[in-house]
Amino acid sequence: MAKFITLRFLQGILVLLGIYAVTFFLVAATPGSPFSSERAIQPEILAQIEAFYGYDKPTSERFIVSLGNILHGDFGPSAVYANRSVTDIIAESFPVSLKLGSISLAIALLLGIPAGILAAVKKNTWLDYVPMSTAMAGICLPTFVMGPLLALVFGLIFAVLPVAGWFGPEFVVLPSATLGLYYAAYFARLTRGGMLEMLNQDWVRTARAKGVPERTIVWKHCLKGGLIPAITFLGPALAGIISGSFVVETIFQVPGLGQWFVKGALNRDDFLILGLTVLFASLIVLMNLLVDIAQVALNPRLKYD
Amino acid sequence: MTDHSETAVLGNEAAPLPKHSASEIAEEELVEGSSLWKDAWSRLKKNKLAVASLVIFLLICVFCVVGPFLVPYNSQEQDLFLGATGPSAEHWFGTDTLGRDLLVRTMEGGRISLMVGLVATVVSLLIGVIYGATAGYLGGKVDATMMRFVDLLYALPFTIFVILLMVAFGRSMWLMFVAIGCVEWLSMARIVRSGVLGLKKQEFVEAAVSLGYSHKRIILRHLIPNVLGPVIVIATLTVPAVMLLEAFLSFLGLGVQPPNASWGVLINEGQQNMEIFPWLLMFPAFFFALTLFCLNFLGDGLRDALDPKSAKD
Repeated sequence: MAKFITLRFLQGILVLLGIYAVTFFLVAATPGSPFSSERAIQPEILAQIEAFYGYDKPTSERFIVSLGNILHGDFGPSAVYANRSVTDIIAESFPVSLKLGSISLAIALLLGIPAGILAAVKKNTWLDYVPMSTAMAGICLPTFVMGPLLALVFGLIFAVLPVAGWFGPEFVVLPSATLGLYYAAYFARLTRGGMLEMLNQDWVRTARAKGVPERTIVWKHCLKGGLIPAITFLGPALAGIISGSFVVETIFQVPGLGQWFVKGALNRDDFLILGLTVLFASLIVLMNLLVDIAQVALNPRLKYD
Repeated sequence: MTDHSETAVLGNEAAPLPKHSASEIAEEELVEGSSLWKDAWSRLKKNKLAVASLVIFLLICVFCVVGPFLVPYNSQEQDLFLGATGPSAEHWFGTDTLGRDLLVRTMEGGRISLMVGLVATVVSLLIGVIYGATAGYLGGKVDATMMRFVDLLYALPFTIFVILLMVAFGRSMWLMFVAIGCVEWLSMARIVRSGVLGLKKQEFVEAAVSLGYSHKRIILRHLIPNVLGPVIVIATLTVPAVMLLEAFLSFLGLGVQPPNASWGVLINEGQQNMEIFPWLLMFPAFFFALTLFCLNFLGDGLRDALDPKSAKD
């Protein structure tokens, strides 16, 4: 197990380096510069700005320098927002995104997994059909449709929840519900599929024939294996919640990292894009590492792949 | 293959019903042999939800492709004095803030969204099928390396890359089609690879090898046609995924650029004005969700029909 974890960890670091390199050269290849603006800047001043940010050096040299900086935890200055460093922006906005993301993920898991188990156990009854049709509808209503609809219904028609801003606990409800419900639908479907596969195994029939109570069969024998598809989906779900936050934070005016990423991409704020990409990628790689470990723990046959 | 299933059908019919008269059996011999596709079609027909989805989806396609010719407005024709008006006899879906007819904009937006679905799915199909078939056919270390690479890619934040690509190389629609297609081929590669892995041990592949056919010919002519079923299923499910990604990008302002509109663009415009003009959000969102709904149900139905063994229940 220790060897497996070390191997995956090293692999994760390699992946991160790869992502960093690809992002860096993609950003560097983008036409235009972060310092161009509508006003004409005197060439001497532009040269000075570029020198300040290190843009007077060749790309390959900049790559080495910025890689070294990032390894020291220094994401550099923001190229567009003067006198703010990317680290400042992250320190300010990350807690917001973390709160939004973790509540969304909690909603997705706490709603999706029980619904999936229930649907599998009560297969072909209304307890299966109703949650599963709702889940199907949820998958077809992406965040950018669901968000405005929720805002319209709860914010404007019933006027019970605020639709924009980030000031108190009631402001968290709509954004996190928008993000969470979408992934709850996925988790419900995956859990149902996984549980059904387990419940249809021959050894379940044997257990039933021997008189093992249904409760023991479901909770003790099937749950572990039945949850594997849902756990595998945790990595993609986190990636999805991060990119979903780009939309949700725009709709609900949440001052999180997602908004900064979209702004950075539109404004060509090179350092900001790089810093946030590295941050998001690290989170996703870390989540995938945890998922890999959890999978091996749940299913020992996977250990030696 | 056809002969085989025909005898199987007759055998089944004959065994439990020995009272069959000679004429009845003769009649049954006239029955055509049923191929995989016919079996699948008859199974699909029994699934009412899937058939309804197929019909609605085709209607939406007709609505989007033919519709704009029947509406007396142009999708970019503005009427600033009119502004945003609700649904009326002249403008069935109302008009947007610039006085453009929403009906024709929804239709043309649908055209672009559906085209993205189609083109990007074809791109993902090409990459996924070739990659997966190669990995499965070569097997061994090559397969292990190639699939490990797919696993790695699965773990990456692709949306971020698509966003960066759109920023880096201008927001051209065709680039977006290709970029999305390049992201969505992973499941396809996995399915094809596992199918090919199972098939290549079968006798007909051995026969092809012993006849001295090239690898390319064996993969293209013998293996890929046999994994077509699951590939069609995944392709059907890729279309909504791709459309979703396009709408996501367009919603953020990184996809289709005005004055062109896809459903994502229209939903974004509608969302900005939803307090005052809710129909601007409702109509495009309804068509978009309905299309995704139909394609997902159709994909599920096709999976049950083409690949009964992998059916979820």
